Amino acid sequence: MDRRLMCGSHVIGEAATRAGCRFYAGYPITPQNELPEYMSKRFAKMDDAIFIQAESELAAINMVMGASMAGVRAMTSSSSPGISLKQEGISYIAGMELPAVIVNIMRGGPGLGNIAPSQQDYFQATRGGGHGGYRTIVLAPCSGQEMVTLTMKAFDLADAYRTPVLVLGDGLMGQMMEPVTFPDPIDPAATLPQKDWVLDGAGGRDSRLIASLILDPIDMEQHNWKLAGKYKAICESETRHESYLLDDAVLAVVAFGTAARIAKGAVNRVRKAGLKVGLFRPISLWPFPEKELKALSSTIKHLLVFEMNLGQMVEDVKISVGEQATVDFHGRPGGIISTPHEIAGEITKLIYRYDTG
Amino acid sequence: MAKQVFKRPEALKENTTHYCPGCGHGIIHRLIAEVIDELGIRDKTVGVPPAGCAVLAYNYIDVDMGEAPHGRAIAVATGIKRTRPDLVVFTYQGDGDIAAIGTAEAIHAASRGERLSVIFVNNGVYGMTGGQMAPTTLLGQTTTTTPGGRLPLRDGFPLDLSQMLAVAGGSVYIERTTVTSPKNIIRTKKAIKKAFQVQMDGLGFALVEILSQCPINWKLSPVAACRWVEEEVVKSYPLGVIKDAREKSN
Repeated sequence: MDRRLMCGSHVIGEAATRAGCRFYAGYPITPQNELPEYMSKRFAKMDDAIFIQAESELAAINMVMGASMAGVRAMTSSSSPGISLKQEGISYIAGMELPAVIVNIMRGGPGLGNIAPSQQDYFQATRGGGHGGYRTIVLAPCSGQEMVTLTMKAFDLADAYRTPVLVLGDGLMGQMMEPVTFPDPIDPAATLPQKDWVLDGAGGRDSRLIASLILDPIDMEQHNWKLAGKYKAICESETRHESYLLDDAVLAVVAFGTAARIAKGAVNRVRKAGLKVGLFRPISLWPFPEKELKALSSTIKHLLVFEMNLGQMVEDVKISVGEQATVDFHGRPGGIISTPHEIAGEITKLIYRYDTG
Repeated sequence: MAKQVFKRPEALKENTTHYCPGCGHGIIHRLIAEVIDELGIRDKTVGVPPAGCAVLAYNYIDVDMGEAPHGRAIAVATGIKRTRPDLVVFTYQGDGDIAAIGTAEAIHAASRGERLSVIFVNNGVYGMTGGQMAPTTLLGQTTTTTPGGRLPLRDGFPLDLSQMLAVAGGSVYIERTTVTSPKNIIRTKKAIKKAFQVQMDGLGFALVEILSQCPINWKLSPVAACRWVEEEVVKSYPLGVIKDAREKSN
């Protein structure tokens, strides 16, 4: 155990290293430059770790693809426009069933947008993002400590399911400094299970192929069904969420990441005024905690979805609860950070509107 | 007792070719397999094929293979090689793959001196997609997207990627060859072997550009296609060693 005060991007880098990540390739983009900088410094002190500043986001994700083919735990990171550039590679990684961890420290958009914290890439992250109908596991931390646990978890999930895993933060998560506690690092060579599919030379065995080209539609359909089976298993086993003050609540705010952190402040504020309000925070955005939210809506009849975008996760919330609860939305796009005061105001309005205080 | 003087290399699978009649890819695949056999490196070689006609190179060359998105073979190979420096990693790329959509990857890998062996097959057209103009298409050459012939200020001049890569600080060995005749095939094999050896010696980036024939898309007979390479293509892309910094690297 090791307690330190660090900014979020550094936390992700240290957590990745302790999880056995030994390959990082990236390209500079704000607001996540602290992460490649940290990796370059951290890996320079290690004999078995590779850092490459790639010539482009495309090169970076494809280098990660190659490193993953060679069997090592590999990561890249970027921010929104850069993640768009990586989508082709992520699709191939999903199609070839390779493990990889991709960090997106989101900023305001669309286009070049700005460098302020935003959650405008929810759709892109949770719908696969690239072509071909694949899925990626998406983990959304809301604190420095959770960046430790979820980054480390991301590598385990990527290996377990042989699939790309996204860690979805934003500019605020990446820049904010908080005290965090790290578990002891693992020694990947000694502790991780051997991978029996890697490309390491056909010595004493048949040659191996890792490819996503499957020309015969019958075989391509089978491959898709195989992926579908994997995605079903992920949905059944890997949903994560936090419930906060929901036991007696008449209204729940649903928010993830930084927005959830703000919402928690708002919930505390309105609780002091006697309003029975809680917070449901999806931690895995895909798989979305659909069953858990549906169960919640059998007792809590009013949901307020708060996102730092124009309304993206709200669609998953509506799919989850159907007609069982009212679903209202409050969003601030473009890199605006709402205050707990603002969200408390939205909560209070709804409590009066539904006359449920 | 008859003495066997010719056989399939161990690193070549026994498969029926999917390449068109007169295509150069089959020859080049065989040369790579022969080199792998002769260097005794089949058990530590990893290949990265391109998107294009040669995407199915893994149906023929019997080593571990990892497919790359179009143009990204060198980036994928970089990830493999950096992770496992003990492996011998080669890419196999067409002119569209390496000199158009993958130009940046090639230049920067050469700049970093990535210990990779790149086999660059230049036939001047996008073959698999039906013969569109490539960055390497000759001026005046007719393709399906340059119906009246390639015009420089509309379609661009032919791009000499090998010359560009020779300028890069980390490139060690670059040679341009062709496979139009037994003599040229033997030269090409020697160049491929050197490109592998440069990597195995840890010197830096090595590339062999092989001018190859595409009779189907050029709408020529196989014999006429070979003649076209020897008489026309070499005027824009002269054969020979473009860079050899092996001594300096040592």
